[in-house]
Amino acid sequence: MTTQSPLRATPGALSRQGAGDQVFKWLMLTMALSVIALIFIIGCELAHGSGPALRKFGWRFLTGTDWDPVHERFGALPFIFGTVVSSVIALGIAVPLSIATAVCLTELAPQWLRQALSLFIELLAAVPSVILGLWGIFVMVPWLRQSMFPWLRGALGFLPLFQGPIYGVSLLAGGIIIAIMIVPIITSVSREVLRSVPGLQREAAYALGATRWEVTRIAVLSYARKGLFGAVILGLGRALGETMAVTMVIGNRPEIAASLFAPGYTLASVVANEFTETPPGVNLEALFEIGLVLLGITLLVNALARLLLATFSGPALSTS
Amino acid sequence: MQAVTCACALLVVVPLALVFYHVLKSGIGALNWAFFTQLPKPVGEPGGGMANAIVGTFELLGLAALLGVPVGVCGGIFLSEYGYTRLNWWIRFAADVLNGVPSIIWGMVVCALVVVPMQGFSAWAGGLVLGFIMIPLIMRTTEEVLRLVPQGYREAALALGIPLRRAILRIVARAALKGIVTGILLALARVAGETAPLLFTAFGNVYWNHHLSEPIAALPLQIFNYAISPYEESHRQAWAGALVLLFMVAIINVAVRALTRERFGKIP
Repeated sequence: MTTQSPLRATPGALSRQGAGDQVFKWLMLTMALSVIALIFIIGCELAHGSGPALRKFGWRFLTGTDWDPVHERFGALPFIFGTVVSSVIALGIAVPLSIATAVCLTELAPQWLRQALSLFIELLAAVPSVILGLWGIFVMVPWLRQSMFPWLRGALGFLPLFQGPIYGVSLLAGGIIIAIMIVPIITSVSREVLRSVPGLQREAAYALGATRWEVTRIAVLSYARKGLFGAVILGLGRALGETMAVTMVIGNRPEIAASLFAPGYTLASVVANEFTETPPGVNLEALFEIGLVLLGITLLVNALARLLLATFSGPALSTS
Repeated sequence: MQAVTCACALLVVVPLALVFYHVLKSGIGALNWAFFTQLPKPVGEPGGGMANAIVGTFELLGLAALLGVPVGVCGGIFLSEYGYTRLNWWIRFAADVLNGVPSIIWGMVVCALVVVPMQGFSAWAGGLVLGFIMIPLIMRTTEEVLRLVPQGYREAALALGIPLRRAILRIVARAALKGIVTGILLALARVAGETAPLLFTAFGNVYWNHHLSEPIAALPLQIFNYAISPYEESHRQAWAGALVLLFMVAIINVAVRALTRERFGKIP
């Protein structure tokens, strides 16, 4: 924590405060408590909205594969599959790149390059999701369909992952675009983690005769393992909730397929596409339940990330 | 190894460069005076613009700031200045949890909360959901900035007999004002690009919004609707809208950078 603590309104001081100060304090307190109220509001609204469907489907909702508004059979498994697969692909692409970039930014790059790079990373974080999705639909997906996917099928087509028809919009495209979105957050948190590794670790490694890369690998990266893992999980949390860019490039087909070239559907996308068009009833309640599932997964992942980061280096590490 | 990591770092920058390039290339062509002054034309017809979406985004940001800035700043003041350890821990935890909630969940919640009782989509609902998203963001950044103000300021103020509330507002908060404004600007830039929550609250509008209880167009919403439409003309408009939105967000981020650059010795 900071070395100076702000003024504490100790119990003794309270009785000496004037009426104006009391009013001020209660006003600030009410505003601060709003966040707690908001959490309850979110939970209550989602639970209320999905209540009858929760009772009707039970756990079958998480394992059913039909999304059939006509026969009122709803199962979230295709969406959970799509969300998990696209997030895993995104992590697979983004994590090595991000950690390498963070290492570059903290350890290995000259000063001028660091400033330029960190500016670019911040700019990438600021790009709205819908613009990335727009670029995805009109630039990335055609390129994938014409060049990248056929090459992948030619090179790795013996794996069932890379077989099947190529549409361009696919789970893989969704994974790639999520990767682009989560690279900034993983990079910046990793950078903070790597910077908080004590200098003594590096000096000790140098003193033992390690080369520059060995110092980075042994002294810094191993020490920062838990923090880096926390950064990755934070990126995963962001990936799970990503809606707009994914909706535009993933193909929106609620089926489970073995091929990465197949279109998919994520939890967030189905809500984005169908919510405004669904009449009240079981269908809408099923959508609320999807929202509940998404909220649960995201909260769990984010809590895990913050736990890891907090135990790594104490509350001094800002993770917002 | 240095080369490999630097190559990875440059690879990371490539999508950003590509996005900027394509938005510029495709957007510049469709940007003209009509774009900023006219309403959208019927589907498939050439011409028209996104004037209502641009104005709508500003309106929504204004409404969101109306809710998010006071609640967030006051909450941050409470977290930083009043030391109730257990309570503050729970409040910070709640704020962090809220920061991690996907924005589409916010949209669903506000839809159930506001749109259904009001029996219609509205600018109120859109501003409300964006304000909700802003509250925990601004709260955390305000708290962190206020914590950086030296303790001596507070002690000197109280030693002079200034009441606590005025010491906090006029001295401590004023010292941290630049940081608070930076936090607000960053939160605004973040919600300016949010589309998902607006899908079910503001809903979008192809006409001017005359009353805040009517649906309202917003730039990211309009871009999304045009992007998934089958008409070439709509795609051109989408690129132009993307250019305008990117420009807005870039301006805010550049302003934030300019505000914070005056500190010497800032490590990138």
